[in-house]
Amino acid sequence: MNLTLTDEELAFRDELRTFFTTEIPAELRERVAAGRPLGRDDIVTSQRILNAHGLAVPHWPVEWGGKDWTSVQRHLWLDELQLASVPDPLPFNTAMVGPVIAEFGSQELKERFLPATANLDIWWCQGFSEPEAGSDLASLKTRAVRDGDDYIVNGQKTWTTLAQHADWIFALVRTDPNAPKRQAGISFLLIDMKTPGVTVRPIKLIDGGYEVNEVFFEDVRVPAENLVGEENAGWSYAKFLLGNERTGVARVGATKVRIARAKKLAAQVRLGSGSLLDDPLFAARVAELENELLALELTQLRVVASSADGKPNPASSLLKLRGSELQQAATELLTDIAGPDSLPVGADGIDSPDWAQRSAPVYLNNRKVSIYSGSSEVQRQIIASSILGL
Amino acid sequence: MNFELDTEQDLLRKTTRDLLSGVYDAETRNAITATDRGWNPEVWRQFAELGLLGLPFPEEHGGMGAGPVETMAVMTEIGRALAPEPLLDAVYTPGGLVAEVGSDEQRAAILPRVAEGELLLAFAHDEPGSRWPFTDVRTAATRSGDVWTLTGRKNPVLHGDCADTFVVSATLPEGGTGLFLVDAAAEGLTRTAYRTHDERRGAQLALEGVTAEPLGASDVADATDAIVAAQVRAQAALCAEAVGAMQETLRLTTEYLKQRTQFGAPIARFQALTHRAADMYVLLELATSLSLYATMALSDGIVDPTVASRAKLQVGRSARSIGQEAIQMHGGIGMTAEYPVGHYVSRLTAIEHTLGSTEDHLRVLAGAVTEHERVDVTGN
Repeated sequence: MNLTLTDEELAFRDELRTFFTTEIPAELRERVAAGRPLGRDDIVTSQRILNAHGLAVPHWPVEWGGKDWTSVQRHLWLDELQLASVPDPLPFNTAMVGPVIAEFGSQELKERFLPATANLDIWWCQGFSEPEAGSDLASLKTRAVRDGDDYIVNGQKTWTTLAQHADWIFALVRTDPNAPKRQAGISFLLIDMKTPGVTVRPIKLIDGGYEVNEVFFEDVRVPAENLVGEENAGWSYAKFLLGNERTGVARVGATKVRIARAKKLAAQVRLGSGSLLDDPLFAARVAELENELLALELTQLRVVASSADGKPNPASSLLKLRGSELQQAATELLTDIAGPDSLPVGADGIDSPDWAQRSAPVYLNNRKVSIYSGSSEVQRQIIASSILGL
Repeated sequence: MNFELDTEQDLLRKTTRDLLSGVYDAETRNAITATDRGWNPEVWRQFAELGLLGLPFPEEHGGMGAGPVETMAVMTEIGRALAPEPLLDAVYTPGGLVAEVGSDEQRAAILPRVAEGELLLAFAHDEPGSRWPFTDVRTAATRSGDVWTLTGRKNPVLHGDCADTFVVSATLPEGGTGLFLVDAAAEGLTRTAYRTHDERRGAQLALEGVTAEPLGASDVADATDAIVAAQVRAQAALCAEAVGAMQETLRLTTEYLKQRTQFGAPIARFQALTHRAADMYVLLELATSLSLYATMALSDGIVDPTVASRAKLQVGRSARSIGQEAIQMHGGIGMTAEYPVGHYVSRLTAIEHTLGSTEDHLRVLAGAVTEHERVDVTGN
């Protein structure tokens, strides 16, 4: 039993740290650290630098740009990436559709999509949720009917993140409405967003931003060669994808950066004869949050150290559940520090600082993290059934 | 990075678990804790045979020379079984001080007898009204020629009711805190024994000019660092015990949810309950992680009160919530003395209030938030 990293792991970590802090533009990382929004080009720029050095998709199979790293190395990569405030490689590409194509796609699909997906030459979005299929994803209704060499797709997806930037969408579609189990009639289909009949409608969120969309399909003709794996086997690919999605979701590094920033900012807020940071009540809140984050980080390390085979661990539900709560706690902390200065938003030429003006929208935006990718209630259900046998 | 017990450590854990599960069911435990002594001398004898009573002591003094990981493994099983035997209070903590501070003669005279189960110790440090971190020791040591005497009060002295020899802290004439050995039969020592809410035992000591032997070489030295280190080790051990107790508390609760029927269905069908059980699991895992952290730091040679406070804060938060939820989800049966879950909750509550309550540790950590930019596990 030991907590220490080996000399090789330390050298590996230092090498990554140097790379992230020297090769990814500082201006970009500062914007991430400050919680300022990024544009499409920023994310593309950053991911291409990573990809040029083989650091965009290390968890993919080696022949498609992966690194054959240990689980500890993969953890260090993600941790250092977040600590350096490097923009996340686009998760729809690197964590979701890429691994699915690499695992279940034909050789032709792999060659056609994987290099472009790793390099963000193609921007993917995720077509899973529907108006009537949220946590109960298997009730999805979007239909794909075979017609010669094509599928004809009709239906609607929603909460489609950054679909406004997307070139392609990977969608779960119902190909057999008569299957004995709902899950058995679903396929995993790749659809070009420029195909006639695809319409994207933005949804404005409570932070005032446009991040998610509705995507409508009206008689959209999709070549059958865009089917991943077997027809009607899409549910198992989706489960594989969601398992991958949850392992990186604790976002411990990103929350660490936020709390460190919160302390710096609190030291600038006047309170009595000192600063907010001097207040015992406030300090206790920070100390508690730091400790909760440490407990999560150690739990994540336990999962990392035990998952040498890279298989999804049911304990990753804990990481998603708790990781969401602490991301939310950190964004709450920041907007509470801003206090009255969090009221103005987007105002130039006033004394309320920029970070404070952004803090409430960021707080409101982060309410999403306990909803997406399996809500907290879904995670509790998984823990209760898969771990506790209830 | 490795969070697993090695083969020998796992064997130790399993042996301890088998021994205790063979001895203690709820009924036997209730019968034993109702006796005057409150624990089972026969189990103590078996601990001695297994080497548990000398586990952390040097081999030259009859011990096994084992480290913090072994202590954690054993204490987790003590917690799981809710075993009332005072392994930490009568052996590991006071014996650890003798091993750390004592002279060769004192170690040779005391430790083998402790390891064999012939001698019981207790550490008398806390004083009436003191709160952790307690440094303002009022019990005074005075010297007359070669003879040291102690005057003051100590409370609570956990398992001080049955100790043969006390390790007592006292303020030295030139300042600093020294450690002394005091025979339980010494003149001027009044011991008032009592029971604790978790069915353990304790005592208050009144010392009035009691003759005492300085622990260590003839020059009496300040032992503050050794006391802090002993407390850090004891806090890690208590966290491990709490983890074992929480594991069993959660197991009892999930079993009950599956087996109890109401409204024509097992109550495990109700999400109002299963989601709360999931939260108990999360809290247990978080506590386990910090218990491991405290032990692994010690195992890496780092004796850091901040690490112990971090562990105690999380374990305390988890213990409070898991305990309350366990009773609530059992309903009426959870309130009964016959059923084990309430006893676990009582023990967890006692652990919370030993060597610093949850809020005592939070207060210390809150006072230090400006001393680091961020908390890192593996060092940067």
